[in-house]
Amino acid sequence: MREATTPKERLRQILLLVGPGALWLLLFVLVPTLIMLVASLMSRGSLGQLVPPFGLHNYLRFFTDPLYIEIIARSLWIGLWATVFVVLLGYPLAFYIAQSRYKEVLLLLVVIPFFTNFLIRVYAWIVVFQREGLINAFITAFGLPPADLLPSTLAVYVATVYTYLPFFVLPLYATVERIDWRQLEAAYDLGARPLRAFWEAIFPQTIPGLFAGFLLVFIPAVGTFVIADLLGGGKITLVGNLIQLQFGSAQNWAFGSAVSMVLMGLVLFGLWLYARTQGEKGLDKLV
Amino acid sequence: MKRLLSLYAWLVFAFLYLPILVIVALSFNQSRFGVRFTGFTFDWYIRLFNNERILEYLTNTLIVAVVSTVVSTILGTLLAVGLVRFQFRWQEALRYLLYVPVVVPDVVMGISLLLLFDVVRDAIGWPQLSLFTIILAHISFQIAYVTLVVRARLMLLDPALEEAAKDLGATPWQTFREVTLPLIMPGVMAGALLAFSLSLDDFVVTFFTAGPGSTTLPLYIYSSVKLGVSPEIHALSSLMVGLTILILLLGTLFWRKRV
Repeated sequence: MREATTPKERLRQILLLVGPGALWLLLFVLVPTLIMLVASLMSRGSLGQLVPPFGLHNYLRFFTDPLYIEIIARSLWIGLWATVFVVLLGYPLAFYIAQSRYKEVLLLLVVIPFFTNFLIRVYAWIVVFQREGLINAFITAFGLPPADLLPSTLAVYVATVYTYLPFFVLPLYATVERIDWRQLEAAYDLGARPLRAFWEAIFPQTIPGLFAGFLLVFIPAVGTFVIADLLGGGKITLVGNLIQLQFGSAQNWAFGSAVSMVLMGLVLFGLWLYARTQGEKGLDKLV
Repeated sequence: MKRLLSLYAWLVFAFLYLPILVIVALSFNQSRFGVRFTGFTFDWYIRLFNNERILEYLTNTLIVAVVSTVVSTILGTLLAVGLVRFQFRWQEALRYLLYVPVVVPDVVMGISLLLLFDVVRDAIGWPQLSLFTIILAHISFQIAYVTLVVRARLMLLDPALEEAAKDLGATPWQTFREVTLPLIMPGVMAGALLAFSLSLDDFVVTFFTAGPGSTTLPLYIYSSVKLGVSPEIHALSSLMVGLTILILLLGTLFWRKRV
């Protein structure tokens, strides 16, 4: 910036540029979070509204009831396994795309499902899994009785993996593109076998992308309520379903806010761990 | 080894596209139930276009997407320029605040905004849950994405270009309009495109901030899916997938021309 700009003029420019956006984030991101915090400390009125007394009772209820501990554990468990399967499917795919002559087209093939409406992608699996669906059409064609695949945990897993796969492939691809392949040749020259060479020379270079992709899949997979709602048929309650229930038919906004705070706390804890291992810059790269 | 990788990759692509292709195929199927193809028809599309409610939901969806994209693109672009070009107090805090809508699960974002609208309505009797509140909610997560995309573009720019404009006597406004803005335009367009698709795609935040009479297409799909699958929804989904592909192709072409 030119030195001639007076401090007052500089302040005016900053306010003009940053002011509106910052104010928006303050009003619609920070303030709602604070309201949620206060609401989580309140109680449920007779009509479901938020009333005093204030206290930690909602949190106490959440952490002392095995039912809720089970729900949060199940959400983390399903999120974790879905993420593992996403990695297994997506990791080789990113390498294949990066090495292909048609990488732009292949990349577009990953981007299209990424931008396709989330509900449509979940809905598609109902069509595949339902009683008159694609899988049962195959099974019955061989003369076997149709299977009850919906609602089921299997369907929830498949749809979760399917939904978040592109979220993993895209950041990982960005890392794979930047790989220094000379290190692989060096490993070969030093007599390493292919698998060992890959593990020692290539895999470590993909760790940042692996981490970023992991978080981009794990966090939304733990928080989702739509997939379990539509494919789990109310049989599988995840933490997202619990929150939705409190703000829907259960009409307990105070408890719902407390569960949301717990979920948010888990996410922030995960990001804090990530920032510690990847350094401050890591967060920037992530998003 | 290479062959194995290629086989694996194409199986994953098949996994990505099989469900979508099934829906598109069934949208042209005469039979209302099941996946057996009994004959080709455009009936479901014709029914869809004759359904006035669907047109209303489509209009709602587009109003929300267009208005929220315009506002968030302007605010996000300004914010990105301010964050990159100036150092000021609270900058660090602002950066962290920017990450919140990106990393927090959407159900948390949705209920926190519902709480906000509820508290404000209790206090001053306004706003009712409507298209207006959906738009406010969408802008709140779009801003973050636009800012991050535009900021990435800005960081690639040579600050000397702006310095040169100033040395030649341009006012800050002229510098911004005639030098900075044209240079970051690809980033701004990419940010706007992302914001637009995020809005079209959003179900969860919309679900919590919508009121009576403000049904959008994703809300409609959700409520019909809860009742069961239908060929009309197949047709609607196929059209939306087609629209997504069209937007992406246009975006790719635009991007290539500018860079």
